[in-house]
This record gives sequence, structure tokens and C-alpha cells, in this order.
Amino acid sequence: MAIIEAEELRKEFVVWRKVGRLRRQRQVVSAVDGVSLRVEQGETLGYLGPNGAGKSTTLKMFTGVLAPSSGRLRVCGLEPVSRRVQLTRQIGVVFGQRSQLWWDLPLRDSFALLRHVFRIPQAEHAARLAQCRELLGLDEFLDTPVRQLSLGQRMRGELTAALLHGPRVLFLDEPTIGLDVVSKQAVRAFLTQLRDQGEVTVVLTTHDLADIERLCRRLVIIDHGRVVHDGSLEALHARYGSRRRVVVDLDAPWEQVPGLSGAVVEAVEAEGHRVTFSLAEGVTAGHVITQLAGYAALRDISIVEPDIEEVIARLYAASDDARSVASG
Amino acid sequence: MGLDVRAFLALTSAGFRRWSTYRQATAAAVFTNSVFGFLKTYVLLAVALGAGGAAVGYDGPMLVSFVWLGQGLIGVVMLWGWTDLADRVRTGDVVADLLRPVNPLWTYLAADLGRAGYATLTRFLIPVAVGLVYFDFFLPTRPASYALFTVSVALAVLVSFTFRYLVNLTAFWLLDVRGVMLLAQLMMGALSGLYLPIRFLPDWCENVLWYLTPFPSMLQAPLDIYVEYGGIGTQLAIVSGQLAWVVVGFTACGWLQRRAAWKLVIQGG
Repeated sequence: MAIIEAEELRKEFVVWRKVGRLRRQRQVVSAVDGVSLRVEQGETLGYLGPNGAGKSTTLKMFTGVLAPSSGRLRVCGLEPVSRRVQLTRQIGVVFGQRSQLWWDLPLRDSFALLRHVFRIPQAEHAARLAQCRELLGLDEFLDTPVRQLSLGQRMRGELTAALLHGPRVLFLDEPTIGLDVVSKQAVRAFLTQLRDQGEVTVVLTTHDLADIERLCRRLVIIDHGRVVHDGSLEALHARYGSRRRVVVDLDAPWEQVPGLSGAVVEAVEAEGHRVTFSLAEGVTAGHVITQLAGYAALRDISIVEPDIEEVIARLYAASDDARSVASG
Repeated sequence: MGLDVRAFLALTSAGFRRWSTYRQATAAAVFTNSVFGFLKTYVLLAVALGAGGAAVGYDGPMLVSFVWLGQGLIGVVMLWGWTDLADRVRTGDVVADLLRPVNPLWTYLAADLGRAGYATLTRFLIPVAVGLVYFDFFLPTRPASYALFTVSVALAVLVSFTFRYLVNLTAFWLLDVRGVMLLAQLMMGALSGLYLPIRFLPDWCENVLWYLTPFPSMLQAPLDIYVEYGGIGTQLAIVSGQLAWVVVGFTACGWLQRRAAWKLVIQGG
């Protein structure tokens, strides 16, 4: 069952540009330009895009705090803006740079207040809190005022606060931004567990591609307000010709291997002692290494997986090229 | 969008606890309000002496009570410096308020009542005790005056809250509310009876303030009720006036908040 359905969703903002000493010109800017998406119950969706691509605007529309200019949108079967109050009980939201906790009070008090605000039955609240305390290691700072928490601790608190009322969808806007490695790992491990339980649908925007690799089976990439990719990470690699690589260190300088199949030389370094091969689609590293071992003495071998950052950078560049061709 | 009683009380209690974490600030405020209490008392007693013992119907003990209860109520009705909502609008945290199934007006009100409760126990009682110890303090002759004073203080808190909330709501359009806040604080100080009883002003000016502005309802009203300025009829009229400003205040807050939310949701933050 689709929990989020968006069809041709648009959001336009009016901006006034100065064109003279006193004159200003009205200009309409499309932040989201025809996004169509369908997210099923229990999915974990990575929503990715460069700065200003329209990610947060989309998320604000999904949560009902921003009205679309046009298009059709249903979240948990509700029209988000007109049914925002009902929707708040069904969604949890974490904006990485915003806080929903009571700043001057201990974290424990924020959780207790949320129980009243969302009218959560005591037993349900206690069970969810106990689970979050264990998985996110909250106990050591539960009695610390929120203003004294580190960013990582606060983020763990924010995640708990967003889940206490048992939402069907969790929207996370850059939840790992600015976190140290340990906190990032804690947040990712928690979200992985949440994903594996399959009860909560998670929509995650991030610039941290490791978040996406660890958590999301489906990736939606948005640029200039439009969806430029919707599918798995593997599909993205296939579409943009990402290749696995084999890097070999040789005893003797590299000489061309006659009849080498399934790989092409991508780079020769260290005076010929290090060669990088790019593997053709469907070819195993073992197949290429076996061939190489027959011709040269191998000192060391490493296999490099396709770089997601590289492929996404290529995607953004391709999207920019397409736009300039269209406008040119 | 309603807030049930238990949630309201929990938020009120949180407001109380939140403000009780700032103990040094409370002590500094109590000290400052008490020092200014002495200054104002001597000035107003000199005015009464110059006027032959009573100024515009206030004799010495009435003025002493007016000053010290007023100094105590500054913190309770919070005449100055509340920008919680405006700060959240400026930082964008206000989005979290919209993502809860309750009307932010009630959650902020609950927290403000908790704050007022804490201020009553600290910033009100201590300066009043100082005034009682050092000066000849007026004590009401009618028991009903104590009850009406209590009701009037509660209404003063509500009038002040709605006014402060309205000023904070302007942040949705202005983002930086410092200018509006400064003007509001000036008006709340000068026109509420804090600096001097507004009955000292010319009749026309006093009438304009009582009938056309909420400011006397924030401070002058409970003080006049306590010092029994006029009979029980006057006291009841003052409370009715405050009640009217509470209704006007909440109606205006509801209307402006809907406009603010509409602006945020339609035009974006």
C-alpha cells in the first residue's frame, strides 16, 4: 500500500529582484518542479540532491507545513496541509538543524511532555522509550538539560522524540549532519534496525552518501526541483556505467597482456608497477585476476567498488548539461 | 487542536521547572526590583507629602503597597523581554510547533502560566516582603479585595501574555522583532502604571488608556483593586474590563496566528 503518493508536485516561490534604484521585478522560482513519487509502506527511501535542489521543500510539503503550488499529494491517505493536525499523529519528523525538544529541561522531561501532547497511552510510550533508550544509548544523558547535550546526543534525543507516538512515516532531514563518527554510527545502526523491522516508512534526505549506502535500497535523486533518478543504487551505477576496479601491484613494469578479456586498463602508475583495470559489466574480479596471474608476477591486489560520490557528481553534471542544452 | 487538561498541566509544570533553572537570574531580578522599589517609594511618598498627604486619592500606605506590589508583579505579568516564539520563528524551530497536534497558542500559554507561578513564589513574594518589613503597608479592609486581587493578577497575566504573543507573532513578517519589542516594552512600562499610577495623568489620558488600551489591565488594575481605590463596584468594573481585554487578546492572537501559519504554509518560511 502506498503511504506517500505525489503526482506532478510543484512549489513555486515569488522572489523580487532589484532592477533599478527603486524598481523591483517579480520573478517566479520553481523549487520543486513536477515531482512524482510513490512510496510503499515499510520502504526506506533516500532523497538526495545538491544544495537548493528542492529536498527540504519536498519534505516540508510531505509534512504539511508547506502547501504545494500544484499537483496531488497524499501522505498516510491524507492531504497534508488541510489535515495537518491529523497527520502529525501519523508522522515523525527530524530536521537535523531544528529542535523539537524543550531546551532548558532534561531530555527525560521532553519525552514525558510529548506523551501528553500526543496523548500516547502510558504503556505504549514506556515500551517505545525503553526500546530507544537501549538502542540509542540514551541513559547516560537522560537527565541532562537539552541545552547541555552534544549534537550527537541531541540527535539521538530528536530521533526518540519523533518515534514515541508510533508514527507510520519518519521524515529525516539530514539527520547525521555535523555528527562525529561514533554518533553517526549509532544513528545509522538504529535506522538500520528500524528499516529491518519494516513497520515504519523512512524518508531520508542527506548529503552523506554513506547514509544512503547503509540504509536505503531505493534512491531518489532530485536536481533543480526534478527527479533525475528513481531506483536502486545498483541501477544508478548501471545507468551511469560505474565499474568495479581491480588494482594490481606488479613485480615488473606492466606490459600489455595479449587477449585480456573482461577488463580494460584505466591507469598505469608507479612507473608501470601499479595498474588499474576497469571491469566490464558482469565480469568477476577473479576472472581478470586469473588471466593476469598467468602473465605477470602479482605483488598485491585490491578491488575497488564503484564510488557513489563520483557517479552522483556525474549525474548532477549531466543534469546541468541537459538544462543548459534545453535553455540554449 | 485542543489541549486536554493533563497536557496543559504538564506543560504548565514544565514552564515552572524551566524558569526555576535560572536561579541566579531570579536573584538578580529580585534584588534590582527591590532597589527600585525603595527609590520609587521615596519619590511617590514625597509626591504625596507635597500634595498634603494624599495624591489623587492615594495616601502614603496605599502608595507604598502600589509600589511594592507593582515591583513584585513586574516578573509575574512579565512586562519585559519575552521572545521565545519570535526566536523560534527566526531560527525556523517553529516548524516543530506546527508538527504537533495542538494549537501553539495553548502550549505557549500553559508554559507562560508555569513561568508566572514560579515568578509569584520568587519575584513577587520577596519584594512584597521587603516592602512589608520596611514601610507602612496598606492592608485591604474588605476580605473580597484579596480574592479580587488574585483574580485580577491572573487576568493581568493573561492580558500581558496575549499582548506579548501578538508582538512575537509579528516575527512571521518581520523576522527581527527587536524594534517592535522595544516599542512594546516602552508602552508596557509607561502606560501600565509601573512608573507611576496612571490616575496621576490628566483625565482624558487616563480614560483613553483604560478604555482603549490593554496596558492598565496588566498592572494598574490589580494594584488599584488591592489598595481599594473606589468601592466594590469599581473593583468589579476593573475586573470586567480585564476580562474584556482577555477576550480581545485571545481573539486577536487566534486571528493573527492563522494569518501567520497561512503565510508560512503558502509562501514558505
